[in-house]
Amino acid sequence: MTLGLEHYLVLSVVLFSIGLYGALARRSAVIILMSIEIMLNAANIALVAFSRYVVPGLLTGQVFTIFSIVVGAAEVTVGLAIIIAIYRRRETIDVTKINLMKW
Amino acid sequence: MGLEIAFWVLTVVAVAAALAVVSLHNIFRAALALILCFLAVAGLFVTLSADFLAAIQVLIYVGAVAVLIILAIMLTREVQRGSFSNRFNAPVLLSAILFLGVAVFAVMATSWPVVTLPPLEATTTALGSELFGEGGYILPVEISALLLLVVIIGAITLVREK
Repeated sequence: MTLGLEHYLVLSVVLFSIGLYGALARRSAVIILMSIEIMLNAANIALVAFSRYVVPGLLTGQVFTIFSIVVGAAEVTVGLAIIIAIYRRRETIDVTKINLMKW
Repeated sequence: MGLEIAFWVLTVVAVAAALAVVSLHNIFRAALALILCFLAVAGLFVTLSADFLAAIQVLIYVGAVAVLIILAIMLTREVQRGSFSNRFNAPVLLSAILFLGVAVFAVMATSWPVVTLPPLEATTTALGSELFGEGGYILPVEISALLLLVVIIGAITLVREK
């Protein structure tokens, strides 16, 4: 059985679902951020797989993945800075306790 | 044949590491599992003949992002508290599995316009001319440079002691 686009897309979907579960069901803000990183990586796998199997000579998906990695790095930097700032004020990063802006 | 073996091994490692991230109680171990997951994704990029992306995956995610996350864990003393699920554990698990089923069905039911051309072997030169060359992506490159500058300033402002 040779590898095809579907293999990579199913793997990407599996990783995305795991990240989705982690981002919604965990209490620690750091774990939520790590789950979001897993979801970003899943999306990157899908982009590179499309680039490899649909437009093999053009590299469009790989260029897009580079920008996605840049935005992901920016997101994790600001996210961790916010987490550390919250920890300084509240002594906790349990997201069930950080509910000041909750309606 | 070697490609298939590499794909399945890396898939098992990536999925197992991702499951460990969302299920381990020790946050530091979860961060180490996340590093393993990033490395497996870099290997998957190699099997997709994206050598440059595999290199920057290792450099940025394993090198920078993982260090940043571990630093944040140390600074917030989360290791003693541990990682637990909130009260939506069961419905979230159910909806994640539901999403998995729907998305796998969508992937399988769609006929993708797959081309059987061989991929480019060395992508770095081609990516460079795609990003910086004539009619390329030079404007997004400049915008992402600006984004990184804003992020640096924002992160420093957020964590600076008053």
